[in-house]
Amino acid sequence: MASAAQRRIKAISYAKYGYMFIAPFFLVYCFFQIWPLIYTFILSFKGNQSSYADFVGLENYSTILFGKGSSAGAQATQQEFLKALGNTFILWFGNFIPQILLSLLLAVWFTDAKVKLPGKGFFKIVMYMPNIITAASVAALYVNLFGDSKYYFINGTLMNLGMEEPIKFISDPVVSKIMVMYIQTWLWFGNTMIMLMSGIMGINPSLFEAADIDGANSSQQFFKITLPLLQPIMVYTLVTSMIGGLQMFDLPYLYHNGANFSRDLETVAVYIYYSFNKGTVAQANYGYAGAASIIIFIITAILGSITFYMNRDKDAIAKKKQRKKAEKQMKAKMKQGGLTL
Amino acid sequence: MSMKQQYGQPKDNYHAKIIAKSTGIFIVCVILTLLCLVPIYILIVNSTHAHLDLAQNPSRFWFGKSLAANFKTLMNDLPADAGKSAKRVAAQYSSAFNVGRGYLNSLIIAGCTTGLTVFFSALTAYGLVVYDFKLNSAAYTFIIGVMMIPVQVSSAGFVAFMYNLKLINNFIPLIVPAIAAPAVIFFMVSYMKSSFPLDIVEASRIDGCGEFRTFLTIALPMMKPAIAVQAIFAFVANWNNYYTQNMILKNEKLATVPIMVSKVLGFDKNIDNGVNFLCVTLSILPIVVVYFILSKFIIAGVALGGVKE
Repeated sequence: MASAAQRRIKAISYAKYGYMFIAPFFLVYCFFQIWPLIYTFILSFKGNQSSYADFVGLENYSTILFGKGSSAGAQATQQEFLKALGNTFILWFGNFIPQILLSLLLAVWFTDAKVKLPGKGFFKIVMYMPNIITAASVAALYVNLFGDSKYYFINGTLMNLGMEEPIKFISDPVVSKIMVMYIQTWLWFGNTMIMLMSGIMGINPSLFEAADIDGANSSQQFFKITLPLLQPIMVYTLVTSMIGGLQMFDLPYLYHNGANFSRDLETVAVYIYYSFNKGTVAQANYGYAGAASIIIFIITAILGSITFYMNRDKDAIAKKKQRKKAEKQMKAKMKQGGLTL
Repeated sequence: MSMKQQYGQPKDNYHAKIIAKSTGIFIVCVILTLLCLVPIYILIVNSTHAHLDLAQNPSRFWFGKSLAANFKTLMNDLPADAGKSAKRVAAQYSSAFNVGRGYLNSLIIAGCTTGLTVFFSALTAYGLVVYDFKLNSAAYTFIIGVMMIPVQVSSAGFVAFMYNLKLINNFIPLIVPAIAAPAVIFFMVSYMKSSFPLDIVEASRIDGCGEFRTFLTIALPMMKPAIAVQAIFAFVANWNNYYTQNMILKNEKLATVPIMVSKVLGFDKNIDNGVNFLCVTLSILPIVVVYFILSKFIIAGVALGGVKE
């Protein structure tokens, strides 16, 4: 056992290496992440385009949230932002629900020892594949297959089979949303499936064996064992997916005809990007972009702390509390008895 | 009460049930596999057809003969007697989708970011796990806390800041930030905590090895499995990153593969569907091929990432 003095010497002599080793991360992170975040915060209190240097207080927030502001297009800006927020929510919801259900089903099937499935490894590999393809290319792939006119693969095939009118897979507001939900599910179900599988495989197999012996059928096992024990990983998946949904950009931005993105698919990320990506600060709406970014940041922070709260190690917290209590009691005792160390 | 009444039929057609269930699951899996693979197959098939053939009948299920011709259009390598409109198409595609340059730019960015990400994340994780210093747990909590902040949140400030620094149209803002990758650090810290014996550091100290050299020659080789997994993911993520690259790289010469694909998507005249498909194929194929070679590692890596704690 090292004495207190020895321990102190060790701490003194090596601590500086610890700081040296983690310094590059913190320097780069502050320069390229923290400062841009603060700068976004500052920009959200400043004007747009030519009045970029003026301090306007909370006007950008009141414009995009409530449509009140001195600029001429305040109402239109608010409508665009709220529509983007709505689209984000619709697109996220529409891809998350089928995705989690499908992934959960597949994960349960793939981990079920009783099911004899040839080629399990191959299925896993193929189902994860869409996730590694460039999202921009995926958008291009689907646009080129599902084009609006009869000159594209899907509509051409359907019309060869006797359909009269081509389906507007890209320009119809509802169909295009469904397509984006489908493509998002296509992109992500393999990833979610593998995460859930590793969660299920982490469950003690003797629980399933015991349930089997007691005569529980597979759906009982699923609802009484798998699902409750999978809760932390489900919460994690839900929140990462929500945060990912708030960032949904490549696909909605690139799934379009012609030169411009489709307004029916405009998400918050597209709104932010489109507001500021027109050149220097003097040329673009950095104020609106900043305000929208900060709103997204606040939503993300709330979601993140929910996972953190739900996923914290409850045993460790209980132990810590106990230890503190014990320490207090010890101190009280020492005071009473006049003991010294 | 007899045994039968209490416990049901003794395993009546138990095997038949399992076979039926397995068959049903197998069919569902085959359908999903087709949904994943058929779009890619159709894409490749269509890139071997000429625009006029596709206009006549876009519903093609087998390879055509025009792959070379489409490729020549994309490379702007037309025969001298080609028509004016064909030349216009070739000029448009070859300037927007310069295959070689796109691959090179993407490779430079993805390669450099991957190297920086894994090296500095391993370094930071080593610092956090091996050394005991005052701000250790605070630093780790910070890293976990910022892990989930999306890039979109700070992108407006990031781009404005890069304009101020005159770093637009430069690879630096795309490469250097890779040094700070909180999620990778988190992964490496948990890997080191579970499988890196700290005694080895003590031993190398006694043998007179310097701290940094211990990290380079002992810790880094021992972390190879974690580094390999994270390197694959970092490479794929940066190869696919359209959002940041498109904000920073405005110059055509610096365009990466995703930017080029988005440009081809934006064409509204002189469109050649065969060449369109060829562009998308060229953007997808390298990563799909690499994926199938490394798929075992990748699947294992995703599974590892899923088990938090």
